[in-house]
Amino acid sequence: MNQHFPATAEIPVDTTERPEEVVRLTALKRRFGVTPALDGVSLTVRKGEILGIIGRSGAGKSTLIRCLNGLERPDSGQVFIEGREISRLGEHELQPLRRRIGMIFQHFNLLSAKTVEDNVALPLKIEGRPRAERLARAAELLELVGLSEKAKAYPASLSGGQKQRVGIARALAARPALLLSDEATSALDPETTRSILALLKDINRQLGLTILLITHEMEVIRSIADRVAVIDAGRIVEEGPVWSVFADPKSAITQSLLGAIRPQLPAEIASRLTHGAGTEAILKIDVAGEAARGPLLSDLAAAVPGSFRLVHGGIDHVQRQPVGTLFLAVPGNDANHLTRVIAFLKAREARVEVLGHVANPV
Amino acid sequence: MSPILFELLLRSIWETILMTGASGFISLVFGLPLGLALVATDRGGIAESLGVNRVLGAVVNGFRSVPFIILLVALIPVTRLIVGTSIGTWAAIVPLSIAATPYYARVAEVSLREVDHGLIEAARAMGGNRWTIIREVLVPEALPGIVAGFTVTLVTLIGASAMAGAIGAGGLGDLAIRYGYQRFETSVMIAVVIVLIILVCGIQWAGDRLVARLDRRG
Repeated sequence: MNQHFPATAEIPVDTTERPEEVVRLTALKRRFGVTPALDGVSLTVRKGEILGIIGRSGAGKSTLIRCLNGLERPDSGQVFIEGREISRLGEHELQPLRRRIGMIFQHFNLLSAKTVEDNVALPLKIEGRPRAERLARAAELLELVGLSEKAKAYPASLSGGQKQRVGIARALAARPALLLSDEATSALDPETTRSILALLKDINRQLGLTILLITHEMEVIRSIADRVAVIDAGRIVEEGPVWSVFADPKSAITQSLLGAIRPQLPAEIASRLTHGAGTEAILKIDVAGEAARGPLLSDLAAAVPGSFRLVHGGIDHVQRQPVGTLFLAVPGNDANHLTRVIAFLKAREARVEVLGHVANPV
Repeated sequence: MSPILFELLLRSIWETILMTGASGFISLVFGLPLGLALVATDRGGIAESLGVNRVLGAVVNGFRSVPFIILLVALIPVTRLIVGTSIGTWAAIVPLSIAATPYYARVAEVSLREVDHGLIEAARAMGGNRWTIIREVLVPEALPGIVAGFTVTLVTLIGASAMAGAIGAGGLGDLAIRYGYQRFETSVMIAVVIVLIILVCGIQWAGDRLVARLDRRG
């Protein structure tokens, strides 16, 4: 657990309780030619949770998710699905197992020659269920994803968001134990992305479905994941509850991926920063947990007389935990004053970094 | 045109339709599976087997590189084995089918290859086996192209059947050469050309209609 921000009762993922593992990967390795796509990945996914795996393109995410249903085979290491090792199974033995795992795709992969309901019913057709049962289940799922009126339509007449809803309905048809999401929102606009993520979160809560998703967007992780694993060059470089990784990202890659959704020092200030003396010092303050919940700035004003200004920043809520970044400008001509400000903030378990000084007030 | 010539024309139309239809049907029955086999056994296919793929490809290329008029004669022993004679309309159907099957296999192969690999992956992820992938994904998704290719094959067969007169198979081409050309019966020549135009346009029109109905890709 994170040392800066001790766990409180409100933290969603309770580490003392360990629900059963749906997926366990141990030391998974896979290389294509000389390039390792997976370089010793170990992970577990527990029943009912949403694990998000984030990484840049080429980091090994796709290879990783394909190892979970045997579309890709690891060179070494093990893949346990519901306790059963699957990485050495033959294609024939994998087929019934894959019916326990639903999968949704970036480009939806709906069959253009089949109606929406026949697309949704296809996993059941593969299972050999009678047509009446298949269509009843398809109708039920289309209602769940809000597309009942499109049952007889063909995928070409649907919008991207609707196509992905059909993809989700299809993935759920055979009542899987695990849902794999391969960049499911990467081809969608931001608004549609939000509605698809809300649907996935809903399904996770309503059906208790375990979800493993891969993405290159931190926003996706922020909105729905319980835990996050950051993958880079085929290795998991960081892993933990989403709020704690957001509050205190350890690796450079995590920090850079987070950069897209965290407050950044405005460019016009950044360009004027110097490392010498100036009239104001610019501080970057990362807060989370208690530090972010309390009246930090008014307490600072009371404890350390002397002015400071809020330049930029904000507090976000991740998994109901406040996590934020603030940029303060503190009068810099009195070194003693600056030291006291920093000492006060550190006592409140905020992380403080002096970015530099600016000559004239901004 | 005399009544006798008219009757000859009708018989020739029937012979051409019979030759084209029968060999077209046979090329569909054998060519589509052959096209599927070419796609499935290729690199990254659902039944990857490069050795088999190379052998199939070589056989297809071999038949396709022999000019039809030579194939017609060279296959006489095979024809005699299958239909009991090497002369007549039914005898022509054997070499026509053998020429059209690899042709259609290549045409179908092109359509099957264009099916998005993501769809095959989705079917595999659902737990589908190869047969499922062929039945639910490859063939239905490629169907517009498969039908359009079959239309092209039929039209090509009408042309090839003109040469079948060389083994006494009759048909419109044979009529045009023997009466229209060699006996200077211009009216026969014109009639044959008109009938051929109608046949080809009819097949193309029907094929295009069917493709438009099958194509759901929007």
